[in-house]
Amino acid sequence: MIEVEGLTKDYGPRRAINNLTFKANPGEILGFLGPNGAGKTTTMRILSGYMPPTWGVAKVAGFDVVDQSLEVRKRVGYLPETVPLYPDMTVFEYLKYMADLRHIKNADERVDDVLDIVHMDERANGYISNLSKGMRQRIGLAQALLHEPEVLILDEPTIGLDPAQIREVRTLIREIGKHRTVLLSTHILSEAQQICDRVLIINKGEIVVEDTPERLQAGLTGVQRVSVKVQGDGDGLEKLIKGITGIGRVSTIQEGALEVESSPGKDMRPIIAKNVIKAGFDLLELKTIDLSLEDIFIELTRDEPEPPSTDDSEADA
Amino acid sequence: MRNVWIIARREYKYFFISPVAYAFVFLFMLLLGVFFYLNLRGAIVQAAYQAYAPDVQIIIGPMVTLLLFVMPAFTMRTIAEEMRTGTMELLLTAPVKDWELVAGKWLGAFLFMLSLLVFTLIFPLILNFLVKPGIDQGLLMAGYLGLIMMVASMIAVGVFVSSIFSNQVVAFIVSLGVVLVLWFVSQFASTAAGLGNQLLNYLDFPGHFNNFYQGIINLSDVVYFLSLTALALLLGSVSIEIRRWR
Repeated sequence: MIEVEGLTKDYGPRRAINNLTFKANPGEILGFLGPNGAGKTTTMRILSGYMPPTWGVAKVAGFDVVDQSLEVRKRVGYLPETVPLYPDMTVFEYLKYMADLRHIKNADERVDDVLDIVHMDERANGYISNLSKGMRQRIGLAQALLHEPEVLILDEPTIGLDPAQIREVRTLIREIGKHRTVLLSTHILSEAQQICDRVLIINKGEIVVEDTPERLQAGLTGVQRVSVKVQGDGDGLEKLIKGITGIGRVSTIQEGALEVESSPGKDMRPIIAKNVIKAGFDLLELKTIDLSLEDIFIELTRDEPEPPSTDDSEADA
Repeated sequence: MRNVWIIARREYKYFFISPVAYAFVFLFMLLLGVFFYLNLRGAIVQAAYQAYAPDVQIIIGPMVTLLLFVMPAFTMRTIAEEMRTGTMELLLTAPVKDWELVAGKWLGAFLFMLSLLVFTLIFPLILNFLVKPGIDQGLLMAGYLGLIMMVASMIAVGVFVSSIFSNQVVAFIVSLGVVLVLWFVSQFASTAAGLGNQLLNYLDFPGHFNNFYQGIINLSDVVYFLSLTALALLLGSVSIEIRRWR
Protein backbone atom coordinates (compact mmCIF):
# COMPACT_ATOMS: atom_id res chain seq x y z
CA MET A 1 0.00 0.00 0.00
CA ILE A 2 2.82 2.34 0.87
CA GLU A 3 6.20 1.77 -0.72
CA VAL A 4 9.05 4.08 0.07
CA GLU A 5 12.51 3.75 -1.39
CA GLY A 6 15.53 5.90 -0.73
CA LEU A 7 13.39 8.81 0.36
CA THR A 8 15.41 11.92 1.17
CA LYS A 9 14.33 15.46 1.91
CA ASP A 10 16.53 18.49 2.38
CA TYR A 11 15.39 21.80 3.80
CA GLY A 12 18.15 23.98 2.51
CA PRO A 13 21.33 22.60 3.99
CA ARG A 14 19.48 20.60 6.61
CA ARG A 15 18.67 16.99 5.77
CA ALA A 16 15.35 16.13 7.38
CA ILE A 17 15.14 12.54 6.26
CA ASN A 18 17.89 10.46 4.77
CA ASN A 19 17.42 7.50 2.48
CA LEU A 20 14.30 6.05 4.10
CA THR A 21 13.10 2.72 2.77
CA PHE A 22 10.08 0.96 4.14
CA LYS A 23 6.76 -0.61 3.24
CA ALA A 24 3.30 -0.74 4.71
CA ASN A 25 1.12 -3.64 3.69
CA PRO A 26 -2.63 -3.45 3.05
CA GLY A 27 -4.66 -3.60 6.25
CA GLU A 28 -1.67 -2.90 8.41
CA ILE A 29 -1.32 -0.26 11.10
CA LEU A 30 2.23 0.94 10.89
CA GLY A 31 3.58 3.02 13.74
CA PHE A 32 6.11 5.69 13.05
CA LEU A 33 8.07 6.40 16.17
CA GLY A 34 10.68 8.96 16.87
CA PRO A 35 11.55 12.02 18.89
CA ASN A 36 10.57 15.47 17.75
CA GLY A 37 12.51 16.52 14.70
CA ALA A 38 13.22 12.96 13.64
CA GLY A 39 11.55 13.46 10.27
CA LYS A 40 8.18 11.88 10.91
CA THR A 41 6.16 14.85 9.79
CA THR A 42 8.36 15.37 6.75
CA THR A 43 7.87 11.79 5.64
CA MET A 44 4.14 11.99 6.15
CA ARG A 45 3.90 15.21 4.24
CA ILE A 46 5.66 13.64 1.31
CA LEU A 47 3.38 10.60 1.41
CA SER A 48 0.26 12.74 1.57
CA GLY A 49 1.25 14.68 -1.53
CA TYR A 50 1.89 17.91 0.33
CA MET A 51 5.43 18.22 -0.89
CA PRO A 52 7.78 16.28 -3.10
CA PRO A 53 10.94 14.58 -1.81
CA THR A 54 14.39 15.78 -2.78
CA TRP A 55 15.36 12.27 -3.82
CA GLY A 56 13.85 8.86 -3.76
CA VAL A 57 10.56 7.31 -4.71
CA ALA A 58 7.38 6.98 -2.72
CA LYS A 59 4.33 5.15 -3.92
CA VAL A 60 0.97 5.17 -2.21
CA ALA A 61 -1.73 2.77 -3.39
CA GLY A 62 0.44 2.14 -6.42
CA PHE A 63 0.74 5.78 -7.47
CA ASP A 64 3.85 7.90 -7.41
CA VAL A 65 3.57 10.84 -5.00
CA VAL A 66 5.27 13.23 -7.41
CA ASP A 67 4.11 12.20 -10.87
CA GLN A 68 0.62 11.12 -9.85
CA SER A 69 0.13 13.40 -6.91
CA LEU A 70 -3.58 13.97 -7.52
CA GLU A 71 -4.26 10.23 -7.70
CA VAL A 72 -2.40 9.77 -4.44
CA ARG A 73 -4.29 12.58 -2.77
CA LYS A 74 -7.59 11.07 -3.84
CA ARG A 75 -6.70 7.87 -2.00
CA VAL A 76 -5.09 9.23 1.13
CA GLY A 77 -6.77 10.55 4.23
CA TYR A 78 -4.39 12.84 6.04
CA LEU A 79 -4.54 14.32 9.49
CA PRO A 80 -1.69 16.82 9.94
CA GLU A 81 -0.12 17.49 13.29
CA THR A 82 -1.87 20.82 13.68
CA VAL A 83 -5.45 19.92 12.87
CA PRO A 84 -6.43 22.09 9.93
CA LEU A 85 -9.82 23.57 10.73
CA TYR A 86 -11.70 26.74 9.91
CA PRO A 87 -12.86 28.04 13.28
CA ASP A 88 -15.52 30.26 11.73
CA MET A 89 -17.33 27.34 10.13
CA THR A 90 -19.67 24.88 11.75
CA VAL A 91 -18.58 21.27 11.94
CA PHE A 92 -21.06 20.31 9.25
CA GLU A 93 -20.12 23.16 6.92
CA TYR A 94 -16.46 22.31 7.26
CA LEU A 95 -16.90 18.64 6.49
CA LYS A 96 -19.30 19.44 3.68
CA TYR A 97 -16.68 21.75 2.17
CA MET A 98 -14.04 19.04 2.33
CA ALA A 99 -16.48 16.48 0.93
CA ASP A 100 -17.29 18.82 -1.96
CA LEU A 101 -13.61 19.33 -2.70
CA ARG A 102 -13.28 15.57 -2.91
CA HIS A 103 -16.34 15.33 -5.14
CA ILE A 104 -18.12 12.92 -2.86
CA LYS A 105 -21.59 11.93 -3.95
CA ASN A 106 -24.37 12.38 -1.40
CA ALA A 107 -22.00 14.54 0.60
CA ASP A 108 -24.56 15.36 3.28
CA GLU A 109 -25.11 11.71 4.11
CA ARG A 110 -21.42 10.94 4.09
CA VAL A 111 -20.75 13.82 6.47
CA ASP A 112 -23.38 12.43 8.82
CA ASP A 113 -21.73 9.02 8.56
CA VAL A 114 -18.26 10.20 9.51
CA LEU A 115 -19.68 12.32 12.31
CA ASP A 116 -21.23 9.12 13.62
CA ILE A 117 -17.93 7.30 13.37
CA VAL A 118 -16.11 9.90 15.45
CA HIS A 119 -19.09 10.35 17.78
CA MET A 120 -19.53 14.02 17.00
CA ASP A 121 -23.00 13.89 15.45
CA GLU A 122 -24.43 15.99 18.25
CA ARG A 123 -22.10 18.86 17.55
CA ALA A 124 -22.68 19.00 13.82
CA ASN A 125 -24.11 22.49 13.91
CA GLY A 126 -21.71 23.91 16.48
CA TYR A 127 -18.95 26.26 15.46
CA ILE A 128 -15.51 24.73 15.34
CA SER A 129 -14.13 27.60 17.42
CA ASN A 130 -16.20 26.35 20.36
CA LEU A 131 -14.84 22.81 20.29
CA SER A 132 -12.36 21.35 22.72
CA LYS A 133 -8.99 20.07 21.55
CA GLY A 134 -10.16 16.49 21.64
CA MET A 135 -13.22 17.27 19.59
CA ARG A 136 -11.14 19.14 17.05
CA GLN A 137 -8.89 16.14 16.75
CA ARG A 138 -11.91 13.99 16.06
CA ILE A 139 -13.19 16.41 13.45
CA GLY A 140 -9.77 16.28 11.83
CA LEU A 141 -10.02 12.51 11.80
CA ALA A 142 -13.54 12.71 10.35
CA GLN A 143 -12.16 14.89 7.58
CA ALA A 144 -9.52 12.29 6.82
CA LEU A 145 -12.17 9.57 6.61
CA LEU A 146 -14.66 11.38 4.39
CA HIS A 147 -13.62 9.81 1.11
CA GLU A 148 -13.10 6.34 2.56
CA PRO A 149 -9.41 6.44 1.76
CA GLU A 150 -7.38 3.32 1.18
CA VAL A 151 -4.54 4.81 3.18
CA LEU A 152 -4.75 6.89 6.32
CA ILE A 153 -1.85 9.04 7.42
CA LEU A 154 -2.18 10.37 10.94
CA ASP A 155 0.44 12.69 12.36
CA GLU A 156 0.49 12.45 16.15
CA PRO A 157 -3.25 11.95 16.43
CA THR A 158 -3.27 11.83 20.22
CA ILE A 159 -0.98 14.72 21.01
CA GLY A 160 -2.42 17.29 23.39
CA LEU A 161 -5.38 15.19 24.42
CA ASP A 162 -6.35 14.24 27.94
CA PRO A 163 -6.09 10.57 28.93
CA ALA A 164 -9.75 9.80 28.34
CA GLN A 165 -9.65 11.38 24.91
CA ILE A 166 -6.43 9.57 24.09
CA ARG A 167 -8.04 6.26 24.84
CA GLU A 168 -11.03 7.20 22.74
CA VAL A 169 -8.98 8.22 19.74
CA ARG A 170 -6.84 5.09 19.98
CA THR A 171 -9.87 2.86 20.00
CA LEU A 172 -11.20 4.78 17.05
CA ILE A 173 -8.00 4.35 15.08
CA ARG A 174 -7.89 0.66 15.78
CA GLU A 175 -11.45 0.32 14.59
CA ILE A 176 -10.78 2.29 11.45
CA GLY A 177 -7.53 0.46 10.84
CA LYS A 178 -9.23 -2.89 10.50
CA HIS A 179 -10.03 -2.23 6.88
CA ARG A 180 -7.32 0.08 5.65
CA THR A 181 -3.67 0.82 5.81
CA VAL A 182 -2.79 3.28 8.53
CA LEU A 183 0.49 5.08 8.99
CA LEU A 184 0.56 6.73 12.36
CA SER A 185 3.26 8.76 14.01
CA THR A 186 3.78 9.11 17.70
CA HIS A 187 6.53 9.53 20.19
CA ILE A 188 4.83 7.45 22.83
CA LEU A 189 5.93 3.85 22.73
CA SER A 190 2.98 2.47 24.67
CA GLU A 191 0.70 4.05 22.14
CA ALA A 192 2.44 2.25 19.31
CA GLN A 193 2.22 -0.95 21.31
CA GLN A 194 -1.49 -0.60 21.78
CA ILE A 195 -2.41 0.33 18.25
CA CYS A 196 0.20 -0.80 15.79
CA ASP A 197 0.91 -4.08 14.07
CA ARG A 198 4.40 -2.99 13.24
CA VAL A 199 6.65 -0.20 14.42
CA LEU A 200 9.30 1.75 12.63
CA ILE A 201 11.66 3.80 14.73
CA ILE A 202 13.17 6.79 13.08
CA ASN A 203 15.84 9.04 14.50
CA LYS A 204 17.65 11.94 12.89
CA GLY A 205 16.02 11.17 9.57
CA GLU A 206 17.03 7.53 9.44
CA ILE A 207 15.29 4.29 10.25
CA VAL A 208 16.85 2.82 13.36
CA VAL A 209 14.80 -0.30 13.69
CA GLU A 210 11.70 -1.92 12.29
CA ASP A 211 9.77 -4.60 14.14
CA THR A 212 6.59 -5.58 15.89
CA PRO A 213 6.03 -3.72 19.16
CA GLU A 214 6.31 -6.89 21.24
CA ARG A 215 9.60 -7.91 19.75
CA LEU A 216 10.86 -4.39 20.10
CA GLN A 217 10.08 -4.33 23.77
CA ALA A 218 11.70 -7.59 24.59
CA GLY A 219 14.35 -8.26 22.05
CA LEU A 220 15.73 -4.89 21.40
CA THR A 221 17.91 -4.40 24.40
CA GLY A 222 18.49 -8.03 25.10
CA VAL A 223 17.14 -7.75 28.62
CA GLN A 224 13.81 -7.90 30.34
CA ARG A 225 13.36 -5.77 33.38
CA VAL A 226 11.26 -6.60 36.40
CA SER A 227 10.66 -4.39 39.36
CA VAL A 228 10.35 -6.03 42.77
CA LYS A 229 9.01 -4.34 45.86
CA VAL A 230 8.74 -5.80 49.34
CA GLN A 231 7.57 -4.44 52.64
CA GLY A 232 10.26 -3.17 54.97
CA ASP A 233 13.85 -2.39 54.09
CA GLY A 234 14.42 -5.63 52.20
CA ASP A 235 17.70 -6.61 53.79
CA GLY A 236 19.29 -9.49 51.93
CA LEU A 237 16.78 -9.28 49.11
CA GLU A 238 19.34 -8.28 46.53
CA LYS A 239 21.57 -11.16 47.39
CA LEU A 240 18.67 -13.56 47.32
CA ILE A 241 17.53 -12.55 43.86
CA LYS A 242 21.05 -12.53 42.50
CA GLY A 243 21.25 -16.15 43.54
CA ILE A 244 18.40 -17.20 41.25
CA THR A 245 19.65 -18.77 38.05
CA GLY A 246 18.92 -16.76 34.91
CA ILE A 247 19.05 -13.40 36.63
CA GLY A 248 21.40 -10.79 35.33
CA ARG A 249 22.05 -7.42 36.87
CA VAL A 250 20.18 -6.45 40.01
CA SER A 251 20.10 -2.90 41.24
CA THR A 252 18.51 -1.39 44.31
CA ILE A 253 16.32 1.59 43.51
CA GLN A 254 15.41 2.38 47.08
CA GLU A 255 14.93 0.45 50.30
CA GLY A 256 12.86 -2.59 49.55
CA ALA A 257 12.65 -1.88 45.83
CA LEU A 258 14.82 -3.52 43.21
CA GLU A 259 15.17 -3.62 39.50
CA VAL A 260 16.03 -7.00 38.11
CA GLU A 261 17.31 -7.77 34.64
CA SER A 262 17.04 -11.10 32.90
CA SER A 263 17.46 -12.41 29.41
CA PRO A 264 14.34 -12.16 27.26
CA GLY A 265 12.11 -15.01 26.29
CA LYS A 266 11.47 -16.36 29.74
CA ASP A 267 9.25 -14.68 32.28
CA MET A 268 11.21 -14.69 35.54
CA ARG A 269 8.40 -13.35 37.67
CA PRO A 270 7.01 -16.67 39.02
CA ILE A 271 10.46 -17.83 40.09
CA ILE A 272 11.27 -14.51 41.70
CA ALA A 273 7.94 -14.53 43.52
CA LYS A 274 8.42 -18.03 44.84
CA ASN A 275 11.91 -17.31 46.09
CA VAL A 276 11.05 -13.98 47.66
CA ILE A 277 8.08 -15.37 49.54
CA LYS A 278 9.92 -18.50 50.57
CA ALA A 279 12.62 -16.32 52.11
CA GLY A 280 9.95 -14.66 54.26
CA PHE A 281 9.62 -11.27 52.55
CA ASP A 282 6.22 -9.67 52.14
CA LEU A 283 5.95 -9.17 48.41
CA LEU A 284 4.18 -5.91 47.54
CA GLU A 285 4.75 -5.61 43.85
CA LEU A 286 6.20 -7.56 40.98
CA LYS A 287 5.91 -6.25 37.47
CA THR A 288 7.70 -6.02 34.19
CA ILE A 289 9.07 -2.61 33.37
CA ASP A 290 8.16 -1.42 29.91
CA LEU A 291 10.97 0.32 28.19
CA SER A 292 10.21 3.88 27.39
CA LEU A 293 11.05 5.24 24.01
CA GLU A 294 13.85 7.21 25.56
CA ASP A 295 15.36 4.01 26.93
CA ILE A 296 15.16 2.41 23.55
CA PHE A 297 16.88 5.33 21.95
CA ILE A 298 19.60 5.30 24.49
CA GLU A 299 20.03 1.61 23.91
CA LEU A 300 19.94 1.93 20.15
CA THR A 301 22.35 4.76 19.85
CA ARG A 302 24.62 3.77 22.70
CA ASP A 303 27.55 2.33 20.82
CA GLU A 304 27.13 4.25 17.63
CA PRO A 305 28.95 7.44 16.87
CA GLU A 306 26.73 10.48 16.52
CA PRO A 307 25.61 10.89 12.92
CA PRO A 308 26.97 14.04 11.27
CA SER A 309 25.29 17.09 12.64
CA THR A 310 21.68 17.25 11.65
CA ASP A 311 19.89 19.80 13.69
CA ASP A 312 17.06 18.02 15.42
CA SER A 313 16.47 20.67 18.04
CA GLU A 314 13.78 22.33 16.01
CA ALA A 315 10.47 20.68 15.31
CA ASP A 316 9.78 19.02 12.01
CA ALA A 317 9.33 21.91 9.67
CA MET B 1 -13.08 23.89 -12.81
CA ARG B 2 -15.55 22.54 -10.30
CA ASN B 3 -12.97 22.92 -7.55
CA VAL B 4 -12.52 26.56 -8.43
CA TRP B 5 -16.19 27.12 -7.88
CA ILE B 6 -16.24 25.13 -4.61
CA ILE B 7 -13.36 27.15 -3.18
CA ALA B 8 -14.79 30.43 -4.46
CA ARG B 9 -18.11 29.64 -2.87
CA ARG B 10 -16.53 29.09 0.53
CA GLU B 11 -14.50 32.27 0.19
CA TYR B 12 -17.58 34.23 -0.71
CA LYS B 13 -19.56 32.82 2.19
CA TYR B 14 -16.66 33.48 4.53
CA PHE B 15 -16.94 37.19 3.88
CA PHE B 16 -20.50 37.17 5.10
CA ILE B 17 -19.67 35.17 8.20
CA SER B 18 -16.75 37.33 9.20
CA PRO B 19 -17.47 40.61 10.99
CA VAL B 20 -14.44 42.11 9.30
CA ALA B 21 -16.25 42.04 5.98
CA TYR B 22 -19.21 43.94 7.36
CA ALA B 23 -16.93 46.54 8.88
CA PHE B 24 -15.15 46.73 5.56
CA VAL B 25 -18.34 47.25 3.56
CA PHE B 26 -19.67 49.74 6.08
CA LEU B 27 -16.51 51.81 6.07
CA PHE B 28 -16.21 51.67 2.32
CA MET B 29 -19.77 52.85 1.80
CA LEU B 30 -19.42 55.49 4.49
CA LEU B 31 -16.26 56.99 3.02
CA LEU B 32 -17.71 56.83 -0.44
CA GLY B 33 -20.82 58.58 0.84
CA VAL B 34 -18.73 61.33 2.39
CA PHE B 35 -16.78 61.85 -0.83
CA PHE B 36 -19.99 61.76 -2.81
CA TYR B 37 -21.52 64.42 -0.59
CA LEU B 38 -18.45 66.67 -0.75
CA ASN B 39 -18.12 66.31 -4.51
CA LEU B 40 -21.80 66.91 -4.97
CA ARG B 41 -21.65 70.10 -2.95
CA GLY B 42 -18.66 71.28 -4.93
CA ALA B 43 -20.44 70.45 -8.16
CA ILE B 44 -23.53 72.42 -7.14
CA VAL B 45 -21.41 75.46 -6.42
CA GLN B 46 -19.69 75.07 -9.78
CA ALA B 47 -22.93 74.48 -11.59
CA ALA B 48 -23.98 77.98 -10.64
CA TYR B 49 -21.22 79.34 -12.87
CA GLN B 50 -20.93 76.64 -15.47
CA ALA B 51 -23.64 75.11 -17.50
CA TYR B 52 -22.97 71.41 -16.95
CA ALA B 53 -24.23 69.00 -14.36
CA PRO B 54 -22.04 66.61 -12.33
CA ASP B 55 -21.76 63.11 -13.75
CA VAL B 56 -20.89 59.68 -12.47
CA GLN B 57 -17.20 60.58 -12.35
CA ILE B 58 -17.69 62.28 -9.00
CA ILE B 59 -18.38 58.79 -7.59
CA ILE B 60 -15.97 56.68 -9.60
CA GLY B 61 -13.05 59.06 -9.03
CA PRO B 62 -12.97 58.75 -5.23
CA MET B 63 -13.85 55.08 -5.46
CA VAL B 64 -10.66 54.39 -7.42
CA THR B 65 -8.55 56.11 -4.77
CA LEU B 66 -10.31 54.19 -2.02
CA LEU B 67 -9.88 50.87 -3.80
CA LEU B 68 -6.20 51.52 -4.26
CA PHE B 69 -5.67 51.36 -0.51
CA VAL B 70 -8.48 49.06 0.44
CA MET B 71 -7.89 46.20 -1.99
CA PRO B 72 -4.53 45.15 -0.53
CA ALA B 73 -6.12 45.01 2.93
CA PHE B 74 -8.99 43.03 1.50
CA THR B 75 -6.85 40.44 -0.27
CA MET B 76 -3.97 40.11 2.19
CA ARG B 77 -5.52 37.24 4.10
CA THR B 78 -6.72 35.13 1.17
CA ILE B 79 -3.86 32.65 1.12
CA ALA B 80 -1.63 33.97 3.92
CA GLU B 81 -4.24 33.06 6.50
CA GLU B 82 -4.54 29.50 5.23
CA MET B 83 -0.81 29.16 5.63
CA ARG B 84 -0.79 30.62 9.10
CA THR B 85 -3.59 28.44 10.44
CA GLY B 86 -2.32 25.29 8.75
CA THR B 87 -5.41 24.78 6.61
CA MET B 88 -3.14 25.16 3.61
CA GLU B 89 -1.93 21.66 4.37
CA LEU B 90 -5.50 20.52 3.99
CA LEU B 91 -5.98 22.21 0.63
CA LEU B 92 -2.62 21.09 -0.69
CA THR B 93 -3.33 17.46 0.20
CA ALA B 94 -6.84 17.52 -1.22
CA PRO B 95 -7.14 16.50 -4.85
CA VAL B 96 -7.09 20.11 -5.98
CA LYS B 97 -4.64 21.55 -8.49
CA ASP B 98 -2.61 24.53 -7.38
CA TRP B 99 -4.08 26.82 -10.02
CA GLU B 100 -7.59 25.80 -9.01
CA LEU B 101 -6.86 26.91 -5.49
CA VAL B 102 -5.51 30.28 -6.59
CA ALA B 103 -8.31 30.82 -9.08
CA GLY B 104 -10.90 29.85 -6.49
CA LYS B 105 -9.50 32.31 -3.98
CA TRP B 106 -9.50 35.01 -6.61
CA LEU B 107 -13.02 34.27 -7.82
CA GLY B 108 -14.47 34.30 -4.31
CA ALA B 109 -12.96 37.67 -3.53
CA PHE B 110 -13.92 38.99 -6.96
CA LEU B 111 -17.55 37.98 -6.53
CA PHE B 112 -17.62 39.69 -3.17
CA MET B 113 -16.21 42.88 -4.66
CA LEU B 114 -18.80 42.65 -7.43
CA SER B 115 -21.49 42.58 -4.76
CA LEU B 116 -19.93 45.63 -3.16
CA LEU B 117 -19.85 47.42 -6.51
CA VAL B 118 -23.54 46.67 -6.91
CA PHE B 119 -24.11 48.34 -3.55
CA THR B 120 -22.26 51.45 -4.66
CA LEU B 121 -24.69 51.82 -7.56
CA ILE B 122 -26.92 53.57 -5.08
CA PHE B 123 -24.83 56.74 -5.51
CA PRO B 124 -25.26 57.03 -9.30
CA LEU B 125 -28.91 56.28 -8.68
CA ILE B 126 -29.21 59.21 -6.28
CA LEU B 127 -27.29 61.40 -8.71
CA ASN B 128 -29.63 60.35 -11.46
CA PHE B 129 -32.52 61.84 -9.53
CA LEU B 130 -30.65 65.03 -8.79
CA VAL B 131 -29.58 66.01 -12.27
CA LYS B 132 -31.68 66.63 -15.30
CA PRO B 133 -32.11 64.87 -17.62
CA GLY B 134 -30.35 62.15 -15.68
CA ILE B 135 -26.76 61.01 -15.81
CA ASP B 136 -24.93 59.75 -18.87
CA GLN B 137 -25.64 56.01 -18.95
CA GLY B 138 -22.73 55.28 -21.26
CA LEU B 139 -20.29 56.94 -18.92
CA LEU B 140 -21.77 55.00 -16.03
CA MET B 141 -21.42 51.67 -17.77
CA ALA B 142 -17.92 52.28 -19.06
CA GLY B 143 -16.84 53.52 -15.64
CA TYR B 144 -18.19 50.49 -13.87
CA LEU B 145 -16.73 48.14 -16.44
CA GLY B 146 -13.41 49.83 -15.76
CA LEU B 147 -13.89 49.38 -12.03
CA ILE B 148 -14.65 45.70 -12.49
CA MET B 149 -11.54 45.27 -14.64
CA MET B 150 -9.40 47.14 -12.15
CA VAL B 151 -10.74 45.24 -9.16
CA ALA B 152 -10.21 41.91 -10.93
CA SER B 153 -6.55 42.66 -11.54
CA MET B 154 -5.95 44.14 -8.09
CA ILE B 155 -7.41 41.08 -6.42
CA ALA B 156 -5.24 38.85 -8.56
CA VAL B 157 -2.14 40.81 -7.54
CA GLY B 158 -3.26 40.65 -3.90
CA VAL B 159 -3.83 36.89 -4.02
CA PHE B 160 -0.44 36.38 -5.64
CA VAL B 161 1.34 38.43 -2.98
CA SER B 162 -0.66 36.68 -0.27
CA SER B 163 0.59 33.35 -1.59
CA ILE B 164 4.19 34.43 -1.03
CA PHE B 165 3.95 35.70 2.53
CA SER B 166 2.37 33.93 5.45
CA ASN B 167 2.40 37.22 7.35
CA GLN B 168 -0.68 39.25 6.47
CA VAL B 169 0.83 42.62 7.33
CA VAL B 170 3.73 41.98 5.00
CA ALA B 171 1.29 40.80 2.35
CA PHE B 172 -0.65 44.03 2.74
CA ILE B 173 2.38 46.28 2.45
CA VAL B 174 3.84 44.43 -0.51
CA SER B 175 0.64 44.31 -2.52
CA LEU B 176 0.04 48.00 -1.80
CA GLY B 177 3.58 48.57 -3.04
CA VAL B 178 2.98 46.59 -6.23
CA VAL B 179 -0.20 48.50 -7.00
CA LEU B 180 1.47 51.83 -6.27
CA VAL B 181 4.36 50.95 -8.56
CA LEU B 182 1.90 50.13 -11.33
CA TRP B 183 0.17 53.39 -10.51
CA PHE B 184 3.19 55.63 -10.91
CA VAL B 185 5.26 53.61 -13.35
CA SER B 186 4.41 55.86 -16.30
CA GLN B 187 6.08 58.75 -14.52
CA PHE B 188 9.37 57.04 -15.17
CA ALA B 189 8.63 56.25 -18.78
CA SER B 190 10.39 59.40 -19.94
CA THR B 191 13.64 58.26 -18.34
CA ALA B 192 13.78 55.18 -20.54
CA ALA B 193 14.19 55.05 -24.26
CA GLY B 194 12.75 52.88 -27.00
CA LEU B 195 11.30 49.60 -25.88
CA GLY B 196 11.68 50.41 -22.19
CA ASN B 197 9.71 53.55 -22.68
CA GLN B 198 6.97 51.69 -24.49
CA LEU B 199 6.87 49.00 -21.84
CA LEU B 200 6.64 51.43 -18.94
CA ASN B 201 3.93 53.34 -20.71
CA TYR B 202 2.04 50.14 -21.40
CA LEU B 203 2.19 49.08 -17.76
CA ASP B 204 0.60 52.37 -16.69
CA PHE B 205 -2.33 51.29 -14.55
CA PRO B 206 -4.26 54.59 -14.25
CA GLY B 207 -3.73 55.33 -17.91
CA HIS B 208 -5.63 52.21 -18.91
CA PHE B 209 -8.31 52.90 -16.38
CA ASN B 210 -8.66 56.49 -17.45
CA ASN B 211 -10.12 55.49 -20.80
CA PHE B 212 -12.98 53.69 -19.07
CA TYR B 213 -13.33 56.68 -16.79
CA GLN B 214 -13.76 58.93 -19.81
CA GLY B 215 -16.37 56.59 -21.20
CA ILE B 216 -14.17 54.92 -23.78
CA ILE B 217 -14.06 51.15 -23.93
CA ASN B 218 -10.88 50.11 -25.69
CA LEU B 219 -10.13 46.48 -26.39
CA SER B 220 -6.48 47.14 -25.53
CA ASP B 221 -7.42 48.35 -22.04
CA VAL B 222 -9.61 45.31 -21.48
CA VAL B 223 -6.76 43.10 -22.64
CA TYR B 224 -4.37 44.93 -20.29
CA PHE B 225 -6.44 44.27 -17.19
CA LEU B 226 -7.33 40.73 -18.17
CA SER B 227 -3.73 39.83 -18.88
CA LEU B 228 -2.58 41.44 -15.64
CA THR B 229 -5.15 39.32 -13.84
CA ALA B 230 -4.10 36.15 -15.64
CA LEU B 231 -0.42 36.84 -15.08
CA ALA B 232 -0.86 37.45 -11.36
CA LEU B 233 -2.93 34.27 -10.99
CA LEU B 234 -0.34 32.30 -12.90
CA LEU B 235 2.42 33.67 -10.67
CA GLY B 236 0.26 32.80 -7.68
CA SER B 237 0.05 29.14 -8.64
CA VAL B 238 3.76 29.08 -9.44
CA SER B 239 4.44 30.52 -5.99
CA ILE B 240 2.43 27.75 -4.36
CA GLU B 241 4.23 25.17 -6.44
CA ILE B 242 7.55 26.63 -5.28
CA ARG B 243 6.31 26.56 -1.71
CA ARG B 244 5.80 22.83 -2.02
CA TRP B 245 9.36 22.25 -3.18
CA ARG B 246 10.97 24.20 -0.41
